[in-house]
Order: sequence, then C-alpha cells, then structure tokens
Amino acid sequence: MKKLIDYTKILRSKNAGPLFITFDLIFHNLEDMQYVSAHLTKKHIAEAYETAEEKIDIIAYDVVNSIKITFPRKNVSGSIADDDIYGCQQHVPLANIIL
Amino acid sequence: MKIVALNGLLGYGYSEEALEVAFSEKVDYLGVDAGSTDPGPYYLGSGRSFTDRAAVKRDLALALPKALAQRAPFIIGTAGGAGSARHVAWLKEIILEIAAEKGLHFRMGIVHSDVTGDYVLEKLENGKILNMSDDFPLTKENVKESTAIVSQIGIAPIIKLLEEKVDVILCGRACDTAIYAAPCIFEGFDPGLAFHMAKIMECGGMCSEPVAAADVMQAYMHKDYFELRPGSPHRRCTVDRVAAHTLYEQTNPYLIFEPDGVCDLTHSQFRQVDNRTVRVSGSVFREADEKTLKLEGVKCSGYRTICPATVYDPETCRHMDQIIQTVTDFVKENTKNTLPPENYSIRFKTNGGEESSLGIIMDVVGKTQEIADTVCALARSRMLHCDYEGRKSSAGNLAFPFSPSDIHVGAVYEFSVFHLAKVDSLLETSKITIEEVAG
Repeated sequence: MKKLIDYTKILRSKNAGPLFITFDLIFHNLEDMQYVSAHLTKKHIAEAYETAEEKIDIIAYDVVNSIKITFPRKNVSGSIADDDIYGCQQHVPLANIIL
Repeated sequence: MKIVALNGLLGYGYSEEALEVAFSEKVDYLGVDAGSTDPGPYYLGSGRSFTDRAAVKRDLALALPKALAQRAPFIIGTAGGAGSARHVAWLKEIILEIAAEKGLHFRMGIVHSDVTGDYVLEKLENGKILNMSDDFPLTKENVKESTAIVSQIGIAPIIKLLEEKVDVILCGRACDTAIYAAPCIFEGFDPGLAFHMAKIMECGGMCSEPVAAADVMQAYMHKDYFELRPGSPHRRCTVDRVAAHTLYEQTNPYLIFEPDGVCDLTHSQFRQVDNRTVRVSGSVFREADEKTLKLEGVKCSGYRTICPATVYDPETCRHMDQIIQTVTDFVKENTKNTLPPENYSIRFKTNGGEESSLGIIMDVVGKTQEIADTVCALARSRMLHCDYEGRKSSAGNLAFPFSPSDIHVGAVYEFSVFHLAKVDSLLETSKITIEEVAG
C-alpha cells in the first residue's frame, strides 16, 4: 500500500483545452505501469475529484510506460469560480490515492 | 526538407547559438506558434497579448532577416496570443517596425480568422455545431453575448499563401500543428508524418533534454520518416521525450484531431539515430468525411477588484470560516438598498491555515468597476476589524502586503464558445490578404 505518486516518475495535470483536465502518469518501468493500470479505478478518481465515473477516460500508452486520465474540468478555465487557469496544480488528489 | 521551429511560443525566448546552428544549414521553412488558450479567456476578450511586446520583437528581429536571406517562408501562428483581428494588428505593427529598422523587403500574407456571432448562430440553427464537452453546450445567449469569436484555421489557408510564394505568413487563430504541417503537405510529404512532426515541433524544445519550450527545434522530413534534433548543441532529443510529447495537453495520446481529419499514432515507431537525434515513422493520417473548425469565443462577465492579505495569528486562522460568514452577511445587509445581489459576486480564496499562516484573496466581480470597488472595500474593512470569541489581537486581523490594498483587475472575460463547427470549406472563415512590405 503506497501513494500513487510513489509509483510514478512523472505525475502532472494540465488543461487539454479550457474544458478538460488531463493527467499524465509516467512510470519507471512496465511493471509499475501495469500494476497501477490493474488497480487504479474510475471510482478512485471520481471520488478524489467529485466527478462522475462515466465522464472519465483512462488510456494506457505503453510506448513510454504511461497512463493518461482525462475528464471535464469542474469549472471551465478562467470562469469566475476557477482558481487554476492552466490546470497544472490539480494532480494532488490523484497523487494521494492509496493503491 | 528542413523545417525549423523558433521556439514553443513567440516571446518566450531562445538561444542565439541555437538559431545560428539551425541556419548554418539550408532551412526550407521557419515557423513559430505565437498563442495559446492556456492563459485563459481574458486575452481574446481584451485584445491584449499575454506575451511581452519587447520580448516578441526580440524573438522576431533575430530570426526574420535569416529566414528572408535563405528565402525560407516564415509562418507565424495565432498572432498576439489569441489571434483575433486586434492581435494580428498588434503583431503586424511589430513586424513592420522591424522591417523599417532593418530595411527589409518582403511579401507578407495575412490570414484573419475571426467569425461573427451571426455565422455561429446560423451554424447552431442548422445543427452544425458539435460540443467538445457535454458539460459545455452552446446557447444562443452565449453567442449573442460574445465580444470576440475566432476560428482555429488549419493548413488550407497557409497552403493557399505558400502557393502565392509569400515570404511571411501571419495567421490569426491557427491550430498549432498547421504552422508546421502546412509546408510539408504543400511539398508533398505524407500528412501522417507531417501532423505528427508538427505536434511535436509546435512546442519548440519541449521534446528535448534539458527540456525547454524556449528554444529552437529542427525537423528533417523524408518520404517515410522524419527526424528531430534540437538547434542547441547543449540539448538532445530522446525517444522517451519525443514519444511522451504526444501525451502533453492532449486528451488522447494516440490520436491528434485536426480540422482535416485525425492523425493516428498507434503504430508510430521511435528510434534513437544518434545521441541527439530521434527518427519517427509509421504515423498515419485519416481524412475526415466531415471537416470541422474549432470556434473560440468570450463574453465579458463584469469587472474585478481583489484584495490580497495574510493572517499570521493562529487564533484568527481558526476562526476564518466564521469571519468570512460575518463579512458576507455584513456586505449583503449593508448594500441591500443600493446594490441588488445579482450586481456582484464575492469569493474568499484562502490557502494555508493555522499551522503556518493563511493567505486570502477577496475576489469581487461587479457589473461595473465601481460596484466591485464598493463591495471589495466593504469586505476588506469589515474583515480587518471582525471580532470573534477570545480575540486578543484587536488592532486588526489582516496583514496587507500593499498600499493600496485593493487592486483593480478590470474586465473579466469567460469562455462563451468552445465548440466545433461543421464546415463546407476549411477556407470559409479565412480572410486572406497579401501586402508588400518595404522597410
């Protein structure tokens, strides 16, 4: 049992356009990537970000031992309620998921 | 064929050494991306650039004479940061200034890509608008309230201007990839390779080590592959960096969506050719049956005044929720006869807490700047002196870092349109002109 961030080499968030937030998880090796792929669920992410499971996309990209997660932003970038315009500090709830 | 990316964003800088290296060989095309929606909706709304004028001029003034000397067409995408007519005019003025100072002569093609509200409304009424996200449907009200709407052009208008043999192509809002893919497709290279190369090149040195958006990148196009090598001898491209780049800012690492179709990287191969060079092959382009252009529009949602402050007293930090409630109620009560609540919104953005200190930004958006000022001043003074049970620091709750404490941020814009429009022609939103520049 450890935090998701402790399995990764890179764990980052960023806008994919102003409507979506996307997370890149890059791993040191294929084993770590496969372990996380097998254990990280949409339910984990939905709970961490208070979003709906059906809005979440998880795509494995094994060319560089990585997983991409994308879902709509809670607030559109730059809307009055938004407080992270670039979306590059939204990764912490994901990083803290215990697997 | 050799194509050079000046950097990942015009005005972010690059090393002169890297530019020298790039132009020590024959360069066929030079490109640079000059904009992004990342900094938010303000810039399209205000007509301003998020990049600095002096920095943009520096980046252009070094590169433009080199491109002209080698007769390498210089393609600039998303002028002025957001690509509306006002942004194009801003960048054009800088280019003309450089031409005058350096005595440069060239032909410049300009692509404006603004669209009117009526254009978007007609698309909406004819069922030709596609949502990017179901959470963000397009409404007639949003279109009517929009103060600026632009379309992201693809390769078509750039190719039109390359056919006219212009030296400089200044684009309004453009797909980042169009800058680099257009000349390759114009020269007959495989569109799958062209778009994949373009997707990597548009970020400049982001695919190199040490990573830097602020540096020169070089691509060498071949029939069945392309190669990437940084301009700077101090950087190198690696398979990991190049392959990982398609993760960046994309919803799907295997697919790059373009106005003309989709570039599929499922079978792309990456190979380290030498210490600094990566070869890419196998990327495939599939033309879409229905062509689309992305539309971006903003509306003005009011005027903002903010007040930043710090709370160091742990006791005050502990009572912050209660203080915020008291202040919110006070503002409402105090303005009930003069300001209906729909005329303003107030938010308290807090960070940290009693363990260290608490940062707070009082964020007020009003229908006018005066309303925002009034509400912010009331909230700030009430919060400064707000009492709570057991308070010992009765001189004040807030450390203000600045005088004046309240800051005018000005007009607030929000995205009102961020949708795809089905088009009959990928040129239908482009207004293309050519002019002779004689400095």
